[in-house]
Amino acid sequence: MSKTVTIGNKKATVSPFASWMTVFVLVPMALVVYYAFTNADGAFTFENLKWIYTYRSTMFLSLRLAFIATVICLLLAYPIAYSMSRAGEKIQRNATLIIMLPMWMNFLVRTYSWMTILENNGLINSALRSIFGLFGGEFDGFQLINNRGAIVLGMVYNFLPYMILPIYTSLTKIDNSLLEAARDLGSNGFHVFKRVILPLSIPGIISGITMVFIPSISTFIISRILGGGKDFLIGDLIEDYFLGNSGVVNYNIGAALSMVLMILILIATFFMNHFDKDAKTSGGGRI
Amino acid sequence: MKKFLKVYNALILAFLYLPILVVVFFSFNSGTSRAKFEGFSLQWYIELFQDELILQSLYYSIIIAVLSALIATLIGTLAAVGINSMRGWKKSALLSINNIPVVNPEIVTAISMMILFVFVLSHFNGMEMGFGTLLISHITFNIPYVVLSVLPKLKGMDQNIYYAALDLGCPPVKSFIKVVIPQILPGIISGLIMAFTLSLDDFVISYFNSGATFQTLPVTIYSMTKKPYSLKLNALSTLLFAVILVLMLISNIKKPEPGKKAKR
Repeated sequence: MSKTVTIGNKKATVSPFASWMTVFVLVPMALVVYYAFTNADGAFTFENLKWIYTYRSTMFLSLRLAFIATVICLLLAYPIAYSMSRAGEKIQRNATLIIMLPMWMNFLVRTYSWMTILENNGLINSALRSIFGLFGGEFDGFQLINNRGAIVLGMVYNFLPYMILPIYTSLTKIDNSLLEAARDLGSNGFHVFKRVILPLSIPGIISGITMVFIPSISTFIISRILGGGKDFLIGDLIEDYFLGNSGVVNYNIGAALSMVLMILILIATFFMNHFDKDAKTSGGGRI
Repeated sequence: MKKFLKVYNALILAFLYLPILVVVFFSFNSGTSRAKFEGFSLQWYIELFQDELILQSLYYSIIIAVLSALIATLIGTLAAVGINSMRGWKKSALLSINNIPVVNPEIVTAISMMILFVFVLSHFNGMEMGFGTLLISHITFNIPYVVLSVLPKLKGMDQNIYYAALDLGCPPVKSFIKVVIPQILPGIISGLIMAFTLSLDDFVISYFNSGATFQTLPVTIYSMTKKPYSLKLNALSTLLFAVILVLMLISNIKKPEPGKKAKR
């Protein structure tokens, strides 16, 4: 009896949401697909998909850089997330704030700041130059910017907190008694980590990977500021085709590229979730 | 091992904060260079407050953030209540729709709405993208976060309290306001704050959906970075950062209080 009683009227509470999301999320998504398969006159065509092939090297570059940035983020984030999760309650709360705080400064300004640090007359090269100068040497400066490494650095810098926080959250959920039990049963530190801590933190790792990979693969500003505009990424192409910054506006090609981007991400998240389930079942059995 | 971790954590923090320190430091530069410090001065702060474009877009940003957060919180909270009481495919369908803007890359969400707006507005002469399209797009990407922060509170709530209120003769709407809302208030507030900050900070969605006349602060900052870089941006970022730092410190000190109230 009580199951049939619910808070409020389902239709009345959900319908503003359902209609809003239909008009402003589902319809736009359908429009993306529609534009991807039509030409400027609205006739059906596969022509736009050919452009995907034309831009295949851009796609692969985006995938590669996003992948590298995600792996680096994961490696950098895990130790700090781990030590945060082992700290006292007060330190934990403050640490979370400290990790989140940099994200509060406009990301364009922060990314420009990396330009200041890395460019030929920037802080690092100037410092090195004055050190060389002390010994009477000449120094041309390292090429630290306008290359792919700088793009990856920008991605890692901007999205690292998105990797740290979910891993940290999953690590705090691990019951301490599990670790004690593992130790009591004779596991050494590394073994405890490999068999207990790592498997139990996989949900955090997975959400961290998605939260870093998705913005990395679709960024269009970082590549422009730190890559010197030499290396176009998918995001740059989409932006160009919609806003016409390089003179050509073509929603149809832009929509086709966006569709591919969505599909790439769907595939990636599908694999991720699959991996998550595997880890949960097998990891749970092994402990 | 512990010592290693300490050094390591310090290095990561240095990495995260280095660009911010650089921004703050050069905001006091008396020269115009972004990389060469010539002397201390407050000139960029003075110029900042004479820059009407920046002040106006800051004002626009706040208006959009407040309005979109309030509307998204209203729609999202109601939706969470409805979704929570649903079962089966309807529930999972609504949750999936809710997740689309969260999972989709921002640029795809942005251009999909832009296509819709351009498509619709092309049928009305003289109408352009601006306040309306910007507000709609911000509400749209804010709603899912409100839903996601209210739903767990509803799940954790004892529904019997609501039925008890009904049994005692309290009308449904009043029971909802008096009994349910206070229980899920922490979720509503964190959803509201999250929506507000996401909106204030958003660049990608605004960039595609704001039009030429109504620009929020991040969009203005982007158009300023295309011209010769002005250290006004450093001054602005430093000030905003300081404001947020102070707000966070205050909220961190006061943190235990809301918890006590919620338990009452």
